[in-house]
Amino acid sequence: MKKKWYQYLWIASSVYLLLGFFNIIFSWLGLLCFLTPLVISIVKGSKSYCNKYCGRGQLLHILGNQCGLSRKTDIPAFLRSKWFRYGFLVFFLTMFVSMIITTYFVFSGKNSLKEVVTLLWSIKIPWQWTFDFNGIHPGFVQFAYGFYSVMLTSTLLAILTMILFKPRSWCVYCPMGTMTQLICKTKNKAISE
Amino acid sequence: MSNSKISSKKASVRKDECVACGSCALQCQNRAIHIMNGQFAVIDAERCIGCGTCVMICPASVIHI
Repeated sequence: MKKKWYQYLWIASSVYLLLGFFNIIFSWLGLLCFLTPLVISIVKGSKSYCNKYCGRGQLLHILGNQCGLSRKTDIPAFLRSKWFRYGFLVFFLTMFVSMIITTYFVFSGKNSLKEVVTLLWSIKIPWQWTFDFNGIHPGFVQFAYGFYSVMLTSTLLAILTMILFKPRSWCVYCPMGTMTQLICKTKNKAISE
Repeated sequence: MSNSKISSKKASVRKDECVACGSCALQCQNRAIHIMNGQFAVIDAERCIGCGTCVMICPASVIHI
């Protein structure tokens, strides 16, 4: 069967992660991975982003199934429980808001730009080699660092659970997946009532 | 699809626990699965041949035969 264009989006996801090593400003592109599923779920009431267009999901499938990097065992019950999924969503959104506040302080001039990528919300990695920021507002660059930290952290978690459990185990607790499913349930419930 | 993979048993989904990621639908060679309004996977019993691919692929382990 001939492959569709969206079945190659795993390449875009891989390139996106690599671009952050050369120029952190490219991390702004990652907003597409946040906004597209939200818009689709709100407008169409579907999860077609997860179902078709998620490059990360495709990449995990390829690494786990075709490259044989996954143990392919069942994910523990607590990781797929509603408590964990919604709890992780709340935690993820809280950390996202914290990142926005940090960006705001740099935008307003109260704090200076911190050229670090924070992994797993705690490990700070110096990342100042990626660009000469002359002419770009530090707040704009600070958001790029913060957002790349989010993307790299979630990729690491996704790869870890891909190795330990089934390839697309990340999809079980992916905050965007949980959020869009919640939107779809709410929207379709409202329609049927 | 070889006859050895055809089973009289059909796949079924625990809808309450399905995360609607769609990986089962992507891998189903008989196109017997679709995601209902972004909420859960639904299996078309007439198309399902019980091959078990979706059971192996489901990351949330909510599909059974």
